[in-house]
Amino acid sequence: MRTSKRMNTLISASVLVVASASTLAQDLSITVTNLTQGLYFTPILTSAHTSDSHIFMSGAAATAELQAMAEGGDISGLVSILSNAEANTNENPAGGLLAPSMSTTYTLTNDSANTHLSLVTMILPSNDGFVGLDSWEIPTEAGTYTINLNAYDAGTEANNELVNGGGAPGVLGIPAAPGGDAGTNGMGVTDTESNTMIHIHRGNLGDDMLDGGKSDLNNSIHRWLNPVAKLTITIQ
Amino acid sequence: MLTFSFIKYIKVIAATTCLLLLSACGSDNDNDVEMPDPIPTPTEYSYAITVTNLTYAQPLSPVAVVLHSDSKMWMTGEAASQALEKLAESGDNSDFISDSNVLASNSGDGVVMPGLADTIEVITTDRNATFFTAATMLVNTNDAFTGLTGVDISSMAIDDVKSWNLNVYDSGTEANSEAVGTIPGPADDGTGFDAARNDVDFVALHSGVVSQDDGLSSSVLTQAHRFDNPAIKLTITRTK
Repeated sequence: MRTSKRMNTLISASVLVVASASTLAQDLSITVTNLTQGLYFTPILTSAHTSDSHIFMSGAAATAELQAMAEGGDISGLVSILSNAEANTNENPAGGLLAPSMSTTYTLTNDSANTHLSLVTMILPSNDGFVGLDSWEIPTEAGTYTINLNAYDAGTEANNELVNGGGAPGVLGIPAAPGGDAGTNGMGVTDTESNTMIHIHRGNLGDDMLDGGKSDLNNSIHRWLNPVAKLTITIQ
Repeated sequence: MLTFSFIKYIKVIAATTCLLLLSACGSDNDNDVEMPDPIPTPTEYSYAITVTNLTYAQPLSPVAVVLHSDSKMWMTGEAASQALEKLAESGDNSDFISDSNVLASNSGDGVVMPGLADTIEVITTDRNATFFTAATMLVNTNDAFTGLTGVDISSMAIDDVKSWNLNVYDSGTEANSEAVGTIPGPADDGTGFDAARNDVDFVALHSGVVSQDDGLSSSVLTQAHRFDNPAIKLTITRTK
C-alpha cells in the first residue's frame, strides 16, 4: 500500500518535472503575528491544500470540525480531514497560546498539488471567533508576501460573552480569558445567533463592570478592529 | 502586493547592474601629477508625502516625516521609544523627528482635520536615507497613532508614487481610560504626555475607542470619536 503510493508519487513527480518547473514543492517560511493588544490565539493550524479544498468559507455553514476549533480551540478534527485530503499541515507552532503582539515562525513544505494556503486559530476570549485565511493561492515566484487577517464568527454559538469554561461544541460560553482580565456574573449579551453562516465578526461588546453588567468581557481590553493578525510568508 | 515585490526585485537587479558598470569606469590615469577629484554635485532626493484624514472626528497631530537607513521606529510587540510615546500621547513630534537615527525629517505645519489632507516635503542629499517613516496621533485618544515605518524607498524613481491605507496603533504606554483630563485633543483638552507607563508597554494595533455612548461610562469621548481602520491614506511621491 505504502509502496504503491510512493511509486505513484514518484511517477507523478517526474511527469510534473517535465510539465513545468514552477509546480514543484515549495518551502514556505511563515510568521504569524498577533496584532492585538489583549487577545490570545489558540493553537494555530496552517495548511497547504488543493485549490478546491477549504477549511472554511464566508457565507457557508461551519463544519463540525471548524466549530470545535472556533468554540474550543480544538484543531484535531480539522487536522484529520486535511490529512485524509493529503494536505500539508503545520499544527500548533507556538506550542499553545499566542499571546497579544507575539509572533511565531515555522516552515511548511507543500506538495506540488497543494497550491493554496489556509490558516485558522480561535480568538480568546470570544464565543466562536477565529482568525482566518481561506485558500490563498501560493505564489510561484520567490519573495516575501504579507497578508493581513481578519476575525470571523463561526456562526455556531450565540455571543453571550460569559466566561464559564464552555469550550465544547454546542456548549454556550467562553472557555477562558487567558489574560485573567475578564469579569464575572454578567447577564449575557445575547442568547441568539441569527446569522448561522460564517461571517466577519462584529467584535466583542464587553462592558465596564468587573462584576455583573451584560458581559464578562472588558470593553477597554477585549474589543478589536480588523486586522487582528499579520501573516508573512517567505518563499525560497 | 505580489507584483510589487517582484517588480522591486527586478529594479534592485537593474540598479545593481548599473552600479557595477559605473565602478568599472574608474580612472586609469598614468600622469604623475595628482589631479584633484572634482567635487561631485550632491544629488538631491525630494519626496512629497500627502496624508488624508479618513476619520469622522479624530484630528491628526502634525504629521512627522522621517528618512533614515534600514530600521524600524516601532515594532508590534516591542516597547515604544520615549519619542514615540510623546508623539502618541500628546501629538508632539519634536523628539521623534530628531531621533538619533534620523537622516532627514520634516513636520506638518498643523493639525490635519477630518476630511482634510496635508502635504509635507522632505529633502535630502544623503544616499543612505532610503527608508521612510511617517507618524501622527489621533488626538482624541489616550495614545493612538497611525503611520508606517521602515519602508524601503530606494527603488523609487522620480515621479514614482506609492500609496497605503493605514491602520491605527496603540503605543501601549497609556491605559485607554478615555477619562477626563487624559486626552489632549479638543474632546477633552487634557494632559498629553506623561512619562509614566500604565499600560501593556508594547505596541499593537488599537482596539478602537469605546466612548460614553457605547458602554464606558467614565469616558469623556462620545460616539463621534469612534474610528475604524483605515484611519488615513498616505501617498509618497518622489519629486526629485
